[in-house]
Amino acid sequence: MSESASEPRIITYRQALSETLRAELERDENVFLIGEEIGVFKGSYKITAGLLEDFGPKRVVDAPIAEEGFVGAAIGAAMLGLRPVVEIMTLNFSLVAIDQIVNHAAKMHAMFGGQVKVPMVIRFPGGGGQQLAATHSQNLEVWYAHIPGLKVLAPSTPAEAKAMLTAAIRDDDPVIFLENLALYSVKGEVPDGEQVAEIGKAAVVKPGSDLTIVSYSRGMVTALQVAEEFEQKGVSIEVVDLRSLRPLDRETICASVRTTSRAVIFEDDMLSYGIGAEISATIGEGAFDYLDAPVRRVAASEVPLPYSKPLETAALPHAADLSRVVQEVLDATRFTK
Amino acid sequence: MADTNRRSKKKPVGEKPELLRNFYEGMSLVRTFELRASEMYARAKIGGYCHLNLGEEATVVGLTAALEDRDYLYTTYRDHGYAIMRGMEPSVVMAELFGKATGVVGGWGGSMHMFDLDKRMLGGYGIVGGQIPPATGAALAISFRSEAGPESEAVMCLLGDGTTNIGAFHESLNLAGLWNLPIVYVIVNNGLGMATTVEDASAEPDLYKRGSAYRIEGTRVDGDDPIAVRDAARAALKKARVERRPSLLELMSYRLKGHSVVDPARYRSKEDTDEAKRNDPVTAFRAKLVADGVLTEKDADAIDDGADKVVTEAVAFADESPDPSIDELFDKVYSTPVANAPRRLPGEPVVVLS
Repeated sequence: MSESASEPRIITYRQALSETLRAELERDENVFLIGEEIGVFKGSYKITAGLLEDFGPKRVVDAPIAEEGFVGAAIGAAMLGLRPVVEIMTLNFSLVAIDQIVNHAAKMHAMFGGQVKVPMVIRFPGGGGQQLAATHSQNLEVWYAHIPGLKVLAPSTPAEAKAMLTAAIRDDDPVIFLENLALYSVKGEVPDGEQVAEIGKAAVVKPGSDLTIVSYSRGMVTALQVAEEFEQKGVSIEVVDLRSLRPLDRETICASVRTTSRAVIFEDDMLSYGIGAEISATIGEGAFDYLDAPVRRVAASEVPLPYSKPLETAALPHAADLSRVVQEVLDATRFTK
Repeated sequence: MADTNRRSKKKPVGEKPELLRNFYEGMSLVRTFELRASEMYARAKIGGYCHLNLGEEATVVGLTAALEDRDYLYTTYRDHGYAIMRGMEPSVVMAELFGKATGVVGGWGGSMHMFDLDKRMLGGYGIVGGQIPPATGAALAISFRSEAGPESEAVMCLLGDGTTNIGAFHESLNLAGLWNLPIVYVIVNNGLGMATTVEDASAEPDLYKRGSAYRIEGTRVDGDDPIAVRDAARAALKKARVERRPSLLELMSYRLKGHSVVDPARYRSKEDTDEAKRNDPVTAFRAKLVADGVLTEKDADAIDDGADKVVTEAVAFADESPDPSIDELFDKVYSTPVANAPRRLPGEPVVVLS
């Protein structure tokens, strides 16, 4: 991460995103925003509030409800050298545009022999827990993380949101930028001045020696909370924030587990074929001889997410689930302080 | 809106003989190239899918003649002729079909994905309708950074008749109509989406009318007449440049053979294929130029021989060219180096700790 003049402020994840969009619109005249209700309505989650007023309709483009059309149009604009930042209201609606994202944005650079670049960002929030029912509560980031040609970022804090969105907008490849409904109002320290994250790198955000929790996006809030609980009981937990789902920083994950010998993965996505499955396999190959217990995954139940609050709560992974599994892994290895 | 007859009877009055000759040269070259591609496919020199422009030569030549160098062309997977007439060397197009390192995209795209940034041909596209939103976005970029006027750039986006039923077509036309984009959508209506007729696929089979839902003017043109095609495309491009208004052209064309080289087209009747042969645009245009005294039979034969020579050389070039190196397999996944980008061949270790 490069930085200059860092003086931290406490701001929300939403504000960090909004300030970054503003800064990049000011810095580069080729950057423009496009999406549904991002102008007059100020964005469904108010990330783009004030930007239409200050940059005008050419730089902040309100698009009709036509995700395939406007995502594809952003791809074409990027082919001609502009830097579109697309907002899709939620991850769920990105499925309407998936042909353009997967068959086109992700493929063009390689398939056209390296002649054309597609410098664009597609931002959307994922996440359940808001009683939005099955079609509005998904975490399908793994679909995009599966695709070579895309870069997939998932910041978990306001500071990461700033540094990673800056990096994404300045990157010359299509970047899927995963936000989370439950993170928008989370506050954190954000350094002033330019912050540019390195894409493709995970981070050990809390060092520890007894067990590694791997997570990303909103899952990190829970991971750090649980780590803190165990810390108070005298168990030292290391927490790895993936930050980049593609490319995936396998080395940082394996290096951590080689030290702690125990690993639990926490994710909001569903378990089978998920991010956790990939990380578990990675640990199996890169740290097998160091493991004292099987790698465990804490993930969502595999059901279309219900509307009913008790059902929704039961289906989603919570801190109590993570705590229980961490304790089970410790017990299985007869861990003592 | 204009609905002209499918076959125009007009002579190309007022066109310079040199231009008509150039048009015939182009049509002859595309015809010869495609027949040879079919042959090379049968000899397993070409893999994958291979869709030919046979029967579409007048459209190819007329449309590319209307484009200025500064314009952008997006097309479908039936793209070899467009690549050649947009200025790519037949040898590098053939090399791409052969999957060679010297091909237009280095062997990464094959038949369906001809692309040349310098020639502003921004791709053949294999997904039906996939090219339409990006082409619309290219027009948005032109609007974003330049003013309207006769010197403006514009975009031409080709699509097939079957594509007019896909959502991307309608979403894109809506955006172009709404945002006044400098783009010309061109439907090459060859009557068949694979084996399905236009009438069996489209509730409105007069495809040029489909723009009216978006207040986009539609025009039907005889796709077998290269001059009519050029004129219609030129007028639409002018409207895009000067008025920043999109247009929809429907070029009535005909597929002389199957959907792709492996399709024997048994679903077509003998009458149907006989009529196609009678109306073959290449032989018809040649006959017209001979009848009008623009070319002698000998001139026309010489042009055909010249095309044959070019294509023979293209095949030799493609044959002799090297395959792409496996060492470069991972080099084009991303345009800028990125930490931890996977570079593993099958079976190689997933984790290599440094």
